[in-house]
Amino acid sequence: MSKSESSSTSREAMTAADVRRAIVRIAHEIVERNHGVDGLAIVGLQRGGTWIAEEIAAQINNIEKEVKVPVGALDVSLHRDDIGMRPVSLGAISNIPFDLSGATVVVVDDVLYTGRTVRAAMEGLNNYGRPRAVQLAVLVDRGHRELPIRPDFVGKNLPTHRADEVSATRDGVFVTPNPQAKP
Amino acid sequence: MKHLRSIDELGLDGLTGLLQLTDHMAEINQRPVPKVPALRGRTIASLFFEDSTRTRLSFETAAKRLSADTMTFNVSTSSVNKGESLRDTVATITDMGVDAFVVRHKSVGIPWQISQWTSASIINAGDGAHQHPTQALVDCYTIREATHAQNFSGMKIAIVGDIKHSRVARSNIQAFTLLGASVVLVAPPTLLPPDVSHWPVSVSHKLDEIIDKVDVLYMLRLQSERMAQGHVPTLREYSEQYGLTHKRVLALKSDAIVMHPGPMNRGVEMQIDPSDVKNSLIHRQVANGVSVRMAVLFELLGSGSSLGGQA
Repeated sequence: MSKSESSSTSREAMTAADVRRAIVRIAHEIVERNHGVDGLAIVGLQRGGTWIAEEIAAQINNIEKEVKVPVGALDVSLHRDDIGMRPVSLGAISNIPFDLSGATVVVVDDVLYTGRTVRAAMEGLNNYGRPRAVQLAVLVDRGHRELPIRPDFVGKNLPTHRADEVSATRDGVFVTPNPQAKP
Repeated sequence: MKHLRSIDELGLDGLTGLLQLTDHMAEINQRPVPKVPALRGRTIASLFFEDSTRTRLSFETAAKRLSADTMTFNVSTSSVNKGESLRDTVATITDMGVDAFVVRHKSVGIPWQISQWTSASIINAGDGAHQHPTQALVDCYTIREATHAQNFSGMKIAIVGDIKHSRVARSNIQAFTLLGASVVLVAPPTLLPPDVSHWPVSVSHKLDEIIDKVDVLYMLRLQSERMAQGHVPTLREYSEQYGLTHKRVLALKSDAIVMHPGPMNRGVEMQIDPSDVKNSLIHRQVANGVSVRMAVLFELLGSGSSLGGQA
């Protein structure tokens, strides 16, 4: 979802400090909800979710020092339901070097929108085993869901128009209205 | 990209794009459940008028791992035996609704001919002594995997054996040189094509002269009927001059790679067991066959055409 944030019309929805604080809070919420980190695994979605997954895992390792939480990365392009409807741009190669069977997997992405990426991710995860539970953490929930999917951990709820472009990086979260779209 | 009929048609961008896509497919093949829904609802028909083990099976496996449906056409049990023409056969299968044909035929140019008769994508799985592009992709991917080289510049590759009748050699020469390798062909004059002087290669008639200089030694199969046709005096003489023996293995550079497209003629061009060679990639060639063909099928049928190359 990283689109041009340099445009003069883009609006800063979260600062870099806001992003950092949200990630620390999400890490604490994950540990609290799961009563520790036993059987926990973090999987970031390529490409936008992977850095957030790494940061969350680093924070969790800070909170619960006795265990290291495994972190993986999943590219969902080949599990999407819109293959053939638009050009596929593959992310980096998936890398989940651990068995997900019986694990509690926290799927991490930058921006939650229609929910189709998350649906594809849940299907892709099953290739690596049968998790005990799957939870969802996102930095930004921008609404407009098309599937019955809701996040368990949210950095910020951000009302948007469908045509808006949302970018979420370490430097902050920016919303750029699309000038071509009719409101 | 609509068809894959030759390496020429693919071009350098198409070739490197497919090699990168293959990395993704190779990861899928390592998952506990190696299957993705990417080509769900697509149908792929394999049309093999010549025998094949690994090409046909690896295409079939590749299609299934991408969730496509497959149709296998068996010439020996088909209406071809009742005199149905190739054109009618293609039209009939097209009417059933297929998205791609994987074609192998003894005549040169059949994949181009068929693409005039159907709107489906055509993948050339070998046409006469002309082209076998997916084998070349497999070989390039296998070399890339072993050497971690993104291009082959500075690499010296020897292709040894029956160049004249080999579609694998023709596709590989194009692919290897596109990626920047220098190719030397090693064969007796009778097994070289007459127009070899126009090819971007050098030629040697003595394997022992070049064996200690190459980075990749690519052995071709010698079809035994070549002897009956008078191309080689005896199999024994051929294998003495051009076969891979223990003595020749010792002459190879320590990090040189040995490859063979299969099926092997043990005792002819392979005087040794490939497992005796430290850097034999023959098993990797077979293993990578599935990943490469997944990349080809996905690129033609599922990607919305993201790579270069002329359609």
